[in-house]
Order: sequence, then C-alpha cells, then structure tokens
Amino acid sequence: MNTQHPEPPALFTYTLRLGDDALVSAQRMGGWIAAGPQLEEDVALGNIGLDLLGQARALLTYAGDVEGAGRGEDALAYLRDERDFLNAQLFELDNGDFGFTIARLLVASSYQWELYSRLQSSADETLAAIAAKAVKEVAYHRDHATQWTLRLGDGTDESHGRMQRGLDDLWPYVDEVFESDDLVARLAADGLAVDPATLREPASSYVEKVLAEATLEVPETNVRHTGGRRGIHTERMGYLLAEMQYLARAHPGATW
Amino acid sequence: MVTTVPPVEEVRATVAAVPDPEGPVLTIEDLGILRDVTVDDAGHVEVTITPTYSGCPAMDAIRADVGAVLAERGLDDVEVRLVLSPAWTTDWMSDAGKQKLLDYGIAPPQPRGDGATVMVTLSLRCPQCGSPDTRELSRFGSTACKSLWVCNACKEPFDHFKTH
Repeated sequence: MNTQHPEPPALFTYTLRLGDDALVSAQRMGGWIAAGPQLEEDVALGNIGLDLLGQARALLTYAGDVEGAGRGEDALAYLRDERDFLNAQLFELDNGDFGFTIARLLVASSYQWELYSRLQSSADETLAAIAAKAVKEVAYHRDHATQWTLRLGDGTDESHGRMQRGLDDLWPYVDEVFESDDLVARLAADGLAVDPATLREPASSYVEKVLAEATLEVPETNVRHTGGRRGIHTERMGYLLAEMQYLARAHPGATW
Repeated sequence: MVTTVPPVEEVRATVAAVPDPEGPVLTIEDLGILRDVTVDDAGHVEVTITPTYSGCPAMDAIRADVGAVLAERGLDDVEVRLVLSPAWTTDWMSDAGKQKLLDYGIAPPQPRGDGATVMVTLSLRCPQCGSPDTRELSRFGSTACKSLWVCNACKEPFDHFKTH
C-alpha cells in the first residue's frame, strides 16, 4: 500500500458490518439474563444471544482474515473504538422494556432471515457457509419474536400499548438496515454481498403481516436515523462498548 | 511421537468415542459433528468437526477432549479443524444416537424433511411414559439445541433435542 491511509478492502468492511450487527445484538440480549419477565424468557433471550455471538465470532474472524493485518475476532471485538464499529444504530439502542426488545427482535430477525437466505448463495464460500448456518438460527429467533408479538399485541390493553410504544420508538431506526451504498452495491454486483435495499420489501412484508395479525399499527414516521455503517452512533453505543470491552482492556491478553 | 502409526480406522474409532460434553450420553459421532479423520505416515492427525449451532460453547471443550484422547494413544501431533459447510442438521444424528437420547429421557429430533426452515413439531412422545399427549413449555432449554416440554399424562417435564 502506498497511500498513508489506505482504504480497507470492501469485503472486510462488509463482513465487519454484519459481524458488528450480530455482536452488538448479542451484547444486548445478554442484558436480559436474570432480568426477563419469566425464567423461560431469560433462557430464550440468552440462547438467542448465544447464537448471535457465534455468528459474530465467525464473521469477525473472517473479517480479520480478509483484512490480513493480524487482527483476530478478539482484537476486532474488544480493541476497536466507537467510530470503527459499523453496526446499524437499531442494534445498539437500549433494551427498553420487553415490548421494545420484542419489537426490535421481530424487525432484526426478519431482516437477518431475508439477508442470510440470500447470502447462502454468495460467490464467497466463507460468507455462504456462515449464512447457511445463521439462517436456520435466525428463523427460530423470528418465530420466537412473532409468537410474542401476537401474544402481546393481541393481549391486554397494557401489553398492546407497550408493544405499540416499542414499535413507535423503534421505527425511526428501522430504515437504516435497508440502506444501500456504493460499497455494498459493488460487492452485490460481483455476487459476493446482498444489497440491503433488496431486503426492504420482503422483510417489511413479513413484519407488517405479523403486526396486522397482532392488531398493531405499522408506525408512521418521517424521522430516519442513520450513520452506523459509517461509524456514527447514538449516545448508547459508548456505554455498551465500555461494558463489553472493559475486561479485555483492563487486562490485556487475559485468557481463562 | 509414535514409532508405529496406528491405522486410520483405529484413530477414528478413538476420536468417534469422545462424548458430547453437554450430553455425555452421546458421542460426537452419534451427534453427527465428526466429519473426517485422517492420519499421515508421520503420525499427523487431522480431525474435522462441525459445530451444531454457531454459538455452541461445547466446541472448545470437544477440541480439547479430542486432543486428550489422542495424546493418551501417543498421538500428539493433532490438528482439529472446524468447518461450517455444509451446515449441521439433526438429520446427521445416528439412529443409535437417537435411541440413546430416548433411553436417557430426552425426546430425540424428528426428520427435517426438505426445504422448510422452521420445523413445526406436531406431536412428541413423552420419553418417560410414551404418551403422545405432551406440550411445549419453553422453546428454549438448557442448551442451544434443546427445548423444554411436559407430558400431560405422567406430568413429567422433559427435554427435546430440537429438530434443526
């Protein structure tokens, strides 16, 4: 490389985006352990987080291989600063109440299911292999979120109201996950990546069908938060990283 | 270092007998996660395994256990490779493995069929009393691969190894 700040390989950046979505989601799911509305739900959200963490490990390990600079999964997870994380802002928002968490899980898993279904046919063998495993896992997450959305939406006034508020609070952050840019469009044209813009229709159609059955309204909003794919995050991200990275930074190289 | 390299069938049998740390009634072969075992003339062993779920925390333990059983046989030049593709499915679990699960009190996975991504389990027999009158208590259980059920007939709760 002869430039002082070489552009990282596009495939590295793309893989990092997917890996960071999974990693940050896993961290948020972990926050529900011992705080769920019932014991079974602690176990459920913990297990979903574990799946997401496994996907994140595979993606970050591969991103490190593509980059070729010697950074492994741990270096990428624990030793990057906020501006270097490329997850969409949706994933980093606080868990809120159980209604918000389920609303986010429904949207996130619907997006990921459409994504990984298609990424299984990527011309990149490693991404295709990771996607083929992940799609089976996120199908189960989506099913879990769907069942809760129906139960809460079509439940009591209180559960309906909180589920609707969760959706309303979430909505300004949903569009970002379907945003395209030059980098992903180029990779998609080469058959390596899936352009998120192509997922908007199928994912929204699934979510809207569930909301209708759950007697919930699809929120309307003119606000669209964005920036995560360029490393611009909400205030919550710094707190999330502080908690997630504390041990690795306080005790460099710690193993157990 | 060993002076005589054992035949690959023997090495494979040793590796195949390693128990699944999260369900010791099954071996890693029963589980369908052992993909390949090779040995070269110099005694270098390469074991290929695949994870059940992406985040399965047992993989590190399995890797260590494989190394340990081979070391007991004097094979210490061992590489354990993890491959993701093709993705593991419970259809790879052996019939012997399914029977062992049942005897242990865990309802085994059902055949996946083709194409469907989410399995709908219509009826599951209680591994204790055999009644088909059972219901799902929790879609997630003690490990990533299990859900929790209860029998309406004998009232006993039981684990189900989810079809995946």
